Amino acid sequence: MTRDEIREVVLSILAGIAPEIDAEEIRPGADLRDELDIDSMDFLRFLERVEERLGVTVPEKDYPRVRSLASCVAYLEERGAAERAT
Amino acid sequence: MAEFRMPLLGADMEAGTLVEWKVKPGDRVKRGDLVAVVDTDKGAIDIEIWEDGTIASVLVEPGTKVPIGTVLALVTSAGEAVTPPAEAEALATRPTPAQPAATPRRAAPAPPAGRARASPAARARARELGVDVSAVRGTGPDGAVTRADVDAAAAQARPTSMRQAIGAAMARSKREIPHYYLAADVDVSRALAWLAAENERRPLAQRLLPVVLLLRAVARATREVPEMNGLFVDGAFRPGEAVHLGVAISLRQGGLVAPALHDVDRKPLGELMRELGDLVTRARSGGLRSSELADATLTVTSLGDLGVQSVFGIIYPPQVALVGFGRIEERPWVVEGRVEVRPVVTATLAGDHRVSDGIRGAQFLAAVDRQLQAPEAP
Repeated sequence: MTRDEIREVVLSILAGIAPEIDAEEIRPGADLRDELDIDSMDFLRFLERVEERLGVTVPEKDYPRVRSLASCVAYLEERGAAERAT
Repeated sequence: MAEFRMPLLGADMEAGTLVEWKVKPGDRVKRGDLVAVVDTDKGAIDIEIWEDGTIASVLVEPGTKVPIGTVLALVTSAGEAVTPPAEAEALATRPTPAQPAATPRRAAPAPPAGRARASPAARARARELGVDVSAVRGTGPDGAVTRADVDAAAAQARPTSMRQAIGAAMARSKREIPHYYLAADVDVSRALAWLAAENERRPLAQRLLPVVLLLRAVARATREVPEMNGLFVDGAFRPGEAVHLGVAISLRQGGLVAPALHDVDRKPLGELMRELGDLVTRARSGGLRSSELADATLTVTSLGDLGVQSVFGIIYPPQVALVGFGRIEERPWVVEGRVEVRPVVTATLAGDHRVSDGIRGAQFLAAVDRQLQAPEAP
């Protein structure tokens, strides 16, 4: 998948967690938890959906690398994210 | 013949509106079945029944607001002859119907896709002002809610029923309960190291969050200091027969609920995590059960995700204590004469002086600390 395609999938997952958010307003470098007003339970759900949709399991030690939209997309690209059917 | 009544779903509740019957006369029911939906200040709640039997008749029509304790239906116990509905109806006093029900509200409806969008700045402003952003009419591009829209909505806003209910319960608490407050810093390096190793071997969907360790520590600490767990009713303390922790859950549109997580001291961490996830989901999207709103014997609030260091809460009556946790953060910590960097959390206790003194509160927080030093305990 291209970086843009990964970004689209990530944004669609985030929209499911915080549906009132305008995706275009998310600042790429900002912490997603602050930006979307999500808590640690929401963040865990986000990672579950990433695993389902893109086939990448994010270990806890890599959490700092998926904190912002930009770093998350870059990390998933590096890990070889691939769209799944779900 | 048993009577199924409008339950008390919180210290601040005086009445509820029957929204929907999930059973009809002649249906068999068993203990724990969901039989009705009631709208309260906390949203729409699924009501369970605590009798086995057959619904003989329903006495209150959907859309009717009735005081707590009003008989909603009659239930024929198992083995008892079923009473004809007309006769059963005559056995109960019918409540006076009140105004038509307001539109049923789920406890915290998640805004559906397509609802007005809002920028992070607008949402931050809404949170600051206590405005439900999903209810604000947007004037930005494609109807997006702007910061100015939020300001305008705040200027016109009246307190929501949930805000009024929270205010009433907290005002009552501060009037009636002589609070005392204690705080203790707890080194959670052992707990977090154990959690990291445990999560390493768990599939992502079964990973544990630190909050479940905190909840279990609180629940088990009540075994050493039981006067933190229970209710103050009719001028006396009634110890809890089990440890049902009220978990304060913030709602995306503002406000909070504190439904109960049952038997927290006895359950494995994986089960607690699953149940907590389910509780959070239902609190925010609807589907809390009456037992979950009425059963809590001690409430825990954690504001760590929001970055605060400590939280000094107000006891939720008729409970007699509230435990708070702030953010787990690295701090300088003295270990055997040396300063080390350790993950530390500040645990706080709001206690009820009618039931306990500060010394017992201090012993309770010490017990929470001990529990967190033994995360591997089964």
